[in-house]
Amino acid sequence: MNILPLTLKNVTYYSGGKQLLKCNVTISEGPNTMVLGPNGAGKSIFLRVCHGLLKPTEGQVEWTGKEQDANNPNQAMVFEKPIMLQRTAEENLAYGLKLRKAKKDVIKQRVSQVLQRVGLTEAAKQLATSLSAGEQQRLALGRAWVLEPDVLFLDEPTANLDPGSTAEVEIIIQEIKKSGTKIVMTTHDLGQARRLGGDIIFLYGGALKEHSPAEKFFDSPKTKEARAFLNGEILWGQD
Amino acid sequence: MAGTEDTANNFLDALLLALDLITGLNAGLIEIVGLSLSVSLSAVLIAGSIGLPLGAALAVYNFRGRQISIVLLNALMGLPPVFIGLTVYLLLSRSGPLGALDLLFTPTAMVIAQAILITPIVAALSRQTCQGLYEIYQEQLRSLGATPLNIVLTILWDARISLLTAIMAGFGRAIAEVGAVFIVGGNIENFTRVMTTTIALETSKGNLALAMALGIILVLLSIVVNGVASITADSVSRSKANR
Repeated sequence: MNILPLTLKNVTYYSGGKQLLKCNVTISEGPNTMVLGPNGAGKSIFLRVCHGLLKPTEGQVEWTGKEQDANNPNQAMVFEKPIMLQRTAEENLAYGLKLRKAKKDVIKQRVSQVLQRVGLTEAAKQLATSLSAGEQQRLALGRAWVLEPDVLFLDEPTANLDPGSTAEVEIIIQEIKKSGTKIVMTTHDLGQARRLGGDIIFLYGGALKEHSPAEKFFDSPKTKEARAFLNGEILWGQD
Repeated sequence: MAGTEDTANNFLDALLLALDLITGLNAGLIEIVGLSLSVSLSAVLIAGSIGLPLGAALAVYNFRGRQISIVLLNALMGLPPVFIGLTVYLLLSRSGPLGALDLLFTPTAMVIAQAILITPIVAALSRQTCQGLYEIYQEQLRSLGATPLNIVLTILWDARISLLTAIMAGFGRAIAEVGAVFIVGGNIENFTRVMTTTIALETSKGNLALAMALGIILVLLSIVVNGVASITADSVSRSKANR
């Protein structure tokens, strides 16, 4: 059973006495959700609160109407800078499955399948930390994919990559989506948001300003902040 | 100038004697070296099995008093061996709380004292190494669903090569100390006499060349053990990369 929809109810997040996030939102099954906003808008914090890495200061994070306090086994996250375990590529992929006590033959089969899907079969026995940045990010995507999550959070997955690696990563993201996983990702790249986005969550100054279908957001943004952001006018994260 | 010449002669004599002792495979020497190694390696085994997980747990678990525990642990690294020797002596002496075990002046007592001496060293260094890796790993591991216990085990495994340094530091301290083993072992010939206590004894008897020869052997032994450890670490990391 799918764990979506995800609802953030009156969620706020404070750090050092400062409010960094304040939003009400529901994320449902369906096309990719892109989280946009200038630097410091709270995009990464938003993802971490959704994923469960950060506990909201106030409000509830609910999956299918139930509050979650711990990490949910049916979701995964990939970070901006991939964190590789100091093990081989295939051991990195197997790690999450082992934590979930998957059977050995299941692990073996899924790991080799995902290695192939992310184009790293040749690198299976290589130390993950010795792979290139693009390969590491593909492996990080694979490490999430192998868990077959209902939801995958991606935090600027292509921010550190060259155009070629970015294209490869985008293809993998679409493949993951096709396999039935909901994608929620942040990006700086408006072109990427147009290419991949089904709906857009626009954050500004830690607050949710807009949540609308991508087409509508790009054609006729409702708020002046979103208009300024899309026009490339300089816009800081905080008011 | 006579003093300088004496010293030079002593060194030369010592070197020759060391060579002689090693090549001659002197039975008494082998026994002493063997006991030194077995006592210190046993102490390292105990210190490692307590210190490594303790250090990793201190790096991962967040609890009240964690900072104080770390400060305390670091301070314990500097415990004087004679103090530990005396404490263990009092515990194991006939009238002490563990007197019934009848362990005083046995190799077991020496292992206990050395283990107490080096466990804080292994734990403190392990804490430092593990903390470094934890800061890199923690968000990713939690995201994959790891519990704190999973994280401790993962970090211990992935840092195993760096952790060898902590183990070797403990071994170095154990094999080199004299105060604790002297007090709880008693330096009994053919039973609790190890290299360092022999060196102290021979020095006090004026057999400087013999003492120095034993000192040289002790240093060589230390180099060999460290060399073996480093070769092992190397081959592990190479096989890790190429498997």
